[in-house]
Amino acid sequence: MTAPFDLSDDSVVVVIGTGAGGGVLANELAQKGVSVVALEAGGRHLPEDFINDEWDSFGQLAWTDPRTTSGDWRVARDFSGLPAWIVKSVGGTTQHWAGASLRFQEHEWKAATTYGNVEGATLLDWPIDAAEMDPWYTLAEDKLGVTRTGDRPGLPGNNNYLVFEKGAKALGYRDVHTGRMAINSDDKRDRLMCQQTGFCFQGCKWGAKWSAGYVDVPAGEATGNLEVRPHSHVARILHNEAGKVTGVEYFDADGNLQMQKARIVCVAGNSFESPRLLLNSASSMFPNGLANSSDQVGRNYMRHMTGSVYAVFDKPVKMWRGTTMAGIITDEARHDPSRGFVGGYEMETLSLGLPFMAAFLDPGAWGREFTTALDAYENMAGMWLVGEDMPQATNRVTLNTDVEDQHGLPVANVHFDDHPNDIAMRNHAYQQGVAVYDAVGATRTFPTPPYPSTHNLGTNRMSENPEDGVVNKWGQTHDVENLFVSDGSQFTTGAAENPTLTIVALAIRQADHIAREMGAGNI
Amino acid sequence: MPEKVRPKGLTRRQLLSRSTAAGGSFVVGAGFLAAPNGAWAMETAALKPETMAALVQMARDIYPHDQVGDEYYVIAVKGYDTADAAEGIEAGIAKLNAAAQAAGHDSYLSMGWERDRVDILRAMEDDPFFQQIRGGLVTGLYNQKAVWPIFGYEGASFEQGGYIDRGFNDINWL
Ligand SMILES: Cc1cc2nc3c(=O)[nH]c(=O)nc-3n(C[C@H](O)[C@H](O)[C@H](O)COP(=O)(O)OP(=O)(O)OC[C@H]3O[C@@H](n4cnc5c(N)ncnc54)[C@H](O)[C@@H]3O)c2cc1C
Ligand code: SF4
Repeated sequence: MTAPFDLSDDSVVVVIGTGAGGGVLANELAQKGVSVVALEAGGRHLPEDFINDEWDSFGQLAWTDPRTTSGDWRVARDFSGLPAWIVKSVGGTTQHWAGASLRFQEHEWKAATTYGNVEGATLLDWPIDAAEMDPWYTLAEDKLGVTRTGDRPGLPGNNNYLVFEKGAKALGYRDVHTGRMAINSDDKRDRLMCQQTGFCFQGCKWGAKWSAGYVDVPAGEATGNLEVRPHSHVARILHNEAGKVTGVEYFDADGNLQMQKARIVCVAGNSFESPRLLLNSASSMFPNGLANSSDQVGRNYMRHMTGSVYAVFDKPVKMWRGTTMAGIITDEARHDPSRGFVGGYEMETLSLGLPFMAAFLDPGAWGREFTTALDAYENMAGMWLVGEDMPQATNRVTLNTDVEDQHGLPVANVHFDDHPNDIAMRNHAYQQGVAVYDAVGATRTFPTPPYPSTHNLGTNRMSENPEDGVVNKWGQTHDVENLFVSDGSQFTTGAAENPTLTIVALAIRQADHIAREMGAGNI
Repeated sequence: MPEKVRPKGLTRRQLLSRSTAAGGSFVVGAGFLAAPNGAWAMETAALKPETMAALVQMARDIYPHDQVGDEYYVIAVKGYDTADAAEGIEAGIAKLNAAAQAAGHDSYLSMGWERDRVDILRAMEDDPFFQQIRGGLVTGLYNQKAVWPIFGYEGASFEQGGYIDRGFNDINWL
């Protein structure tokens, strides 16, 4: 069924990357009869291939091509070559993700207006709002099968959740439940029901969790309009003298450089690779990189305010059993500057297996203070804290011309400094997270530093005004009319919520726009 | 998965008779290192056996888990017993011993208290040798499937059908 397109076919839409943004966009376009070639740096991994083992799975799926880091964030010290934990595979990071699928709150679309002037932050309102996004969110929730939306019931709570819920209620939190998850909670749908296996971060072997890799990509291929080429790493986007893009150069599975022509190019390589690709596509006409007349490509990198709290109890919890992200407290997600920061954060249960706990609980730590924590692994519960971080112009992806990847291309350097608002929010979140567990009798708690980034946003941001960002409200670049950005790098601001539902909703909306504009002969 | 070190067919008496004192909780002989009770033994290829013994002790002092036997620490550092790695490891352990001697002990292994050995390690925490050993242990020790049950961790669950019928919500003390 898979449609094979010719390299010289200049009627196709080329989508770069097949994750939350690209995988969904490619399928949605194919469903509308548009011819699509999706180029994906990673290989194909289906549920039967996934491995219930943290490091083996990391080796199978993670993006481990070289990157470099700078800035005051602790990740630059602890994991200097691994600024992000993201995936190189058909399906992108939706292979690894936990499945938490939350809509932005209304005010978060208008962060600049709501939060006012925050020193050092480059806040901006999105050029779209909650009303505009509402129908697209509904389509996204239906596609992903999000629990507690539509007629889908919530998942049952596991041990980790039950501890968390008890603490939350004891503290007086009201909005605590097993989350809105892109994980099937009953047997009535096309995917299997969650078997409470754990290992959601290693790829769901039951296929109960949504992934673009085994849901959207095959659905698109079945239309006969989509060709996905795995092991195809795009090196450069090409353009003509009129300043329109004409195709892409990519390294195929054998390392040979190929050229695929295109009518439209959509970039969806996640927030490091997408700006890197635009910057690596500089030419005499676009010396600062493609679509970069604003000098905004790569800037305003956001990774969410994150951190974790683990707690030890005097009795077993066995937090690793069942869904990795098994529940949420949303009471702190509101904007309430009386807490000493703007924006809000979510608290979500999280569990790591013993191998990852050893690596991430307190990277670099050793000795008995550390090992007695692991001794109590069976009695641990854990949560992840995720909140809105402030965009800053200097938090930025640039090209590091001193380091090349396996294809000889300059790698991305990721610079990040915490904003004082991020630090104030993290401290508040640590305090509240510890309080939740203290309320259930924790004997010891650990305010755990951020892991390598899993949410990467903002480096090609959406703006009303072409000077403030890289793309317009459709994800179309301000500078090049047939070049689009289709992943999390479009985010104007990050909001408190996990980003993927919004990435998917934007991709569905963008597909609708592109198909319409193509039909009208406008692009 | 790393293979488990096994006694090489030596009896406890044979082991002890062929060994020289090394201090610490090891028996060291020509080209081998063993547990005093004969529970495990390993032959060394490129490293001096006393160097290997010190390295195993160092590994335990970095990530001490009293319920985890020496054999797992041996497995965690065994990979350094190669021609390529040996020079760096011998030099690193020599530094440890020199620091121990400066503190009035015969050697790192002869220091009876963990506290004293840890003082030596703290002082060389930023040394690349220390960082190499510590960094390697994060996976070398904790990614051994055989140690997981000691911590209660159950590992892969797909083959058993997940936990949906095996206690994902069996907590009973809340
Ligand atoms: C452990 C973990 C848990 C997570 N849990 C959640 C959650 O619960 N909820 C949530 O909302 N989000 C979660 N996320 C985040 C979520 O996975 C990402 O936000 C989302 O997948 C990002 O989508 P994307 O399209 O921007 O990029 P990705 O999904 O990362 O896709 C990018 C793809 O592009 C490919 N690519 C990159 N460069 C090139 C190139 N030059 N040529 C060809 N292909 C290229 C990559 O290989 C990759 O497949 C989680 C992430 C991780 C790591
Ligand atoms: S817990 Fe559920 S969603 Fe997660 S991997 Fe297992 S079956 Fe899939």
